[in-house]
Amino acid sequence: MPLTITNQNFKKEVLESPIPVLIDFWAPWCRPCVMLGPIIEQISVEQEGKIKVGKINVDEEGILAQEFRITSIPTVMVFKGGKPAGQVVGLLRKEDLLKRLGL
Amino acid sequence: MHDVIVVGGGPAGITAAVYLKRFKLDVVVLMKDYGTLAKTDHIENYYGFAEPITGTKLVENGILQAKNMGIPVLEEEVLGIDCFDTFTVKTTKAQHSARAVLLATGAARSSLKVKGFKEFDGKGISYCAVCDGFLYRGKTIGVVGAGEFMLEEMEVLRQFAKEVVVFTNGEPLQVEVHDASVVTEKLVSIDGKETVESVSTAKANYRIDALFVAAGTPSASDFALRMGAFLNKNDIAVDETFMTNIPGLFAAGDCIGGFYQIAKAVSDGAHASVAINRYLRNLKA
Repeated sequence: MPLTITNQNFKKEVLESPIPVLIDFWAPWCRPCVMLGPIIEQISVEQEGKIKVGKINVDEEGILAQEFRITSIPTVMVFKGGKPAGQVVGLLRKEDLLKRLGL
Repeated sequence: MHDVIVVGGGPAGITAAVYLKRFKLDVVVLMKDYGTLAKTDHIENYYGFAEPITGTKLVENGILQAKNMGIPVLEEEVLGIDCFDTFTVKTTKAQHSARAVLLATGAARSSLKVKGFKEFDGKGISYCAVCDGFLYRGKTIGVVGAGEFMLEEMEVLRQFAKEVVVFTNGEPLQVEVHDASVVTEKLVSIDGKETVESVSTAKANYRIDALFVAAGTPSASDFALRMGAFLNKNDIAVDETFMTNIPGLFAAGDCIGGFYQIAKAVSDGAHASVAINRYLRNLKA
């Protein structure tokens, strides 16, 4: 299951993670985000141990959304070694999403 | 509650409606205009017409054919579609509900031809006010459009924005706009560092934090995008039964891409109708 990432655990879970972290910026009122949900869950199961998967609710975590200049949701970002290493905006199929994020 | 709402009254939509009616389903067709076919004067390659026929005549015949079978064909522009178990289709005139929807609106329109448009796509340019409006609380939001679709999006954006600026991009404003400034000059460029910061016309520069696109009338891919359906570029992605990834939402004709021909659209419509019939029967079972 994807982790719920907040401003409190962001540093520990994302920036200090030894493995790449995939973050889904989403909100419950956004239909494309809701449709992306199961795909993100699937990735978290299939890539367990290889990629850490987390979700950031932009409604509750406005500071993080602002910090990473999230302008459209869903936005999926990848962090490697504590730094953003890829970003995709919009609903995509799992294969396309992973490919465009270079995973 | 209808069984099926068909959005679009061209060859794909009408063919599907005719078949659906013959399957004894309650179907209604919503259409806004004659679409691409109205621009075609000579159709010589469609089966069964010994003499060339105009696109307009062909569409007229199709509508008449559907109406003669007792299918309501309503001239209503669809503004939005919601799906929660069933579908609610909001038009310029009314609200309709159905258990399945077929999108057959024709090809998606081209995107804005303005410098910077591609560059800032997803970086301040958005197509979905419901999704992204919230991210611009207290900010200045531009919205591109001149008609009902723009007004729909603007009403959503108003809940979040400090200020909304309407850009008609050279089109005459077709609706009344209150409490927002309106710029009617053509847009020349979209500018910013990482994200959108301003747009320019030949005359002036306007500071905005985001630009929402709601120009013209919404295309099938606009509905699909808002509902969370997969797209292939601008085409709606469907499976072999013409269903999208959203159960009950089907698409046929030019809006799913492929061969832009009447014969193909008619074929799509027929195939989709069979799948919709099966889908609805399974729902009941």
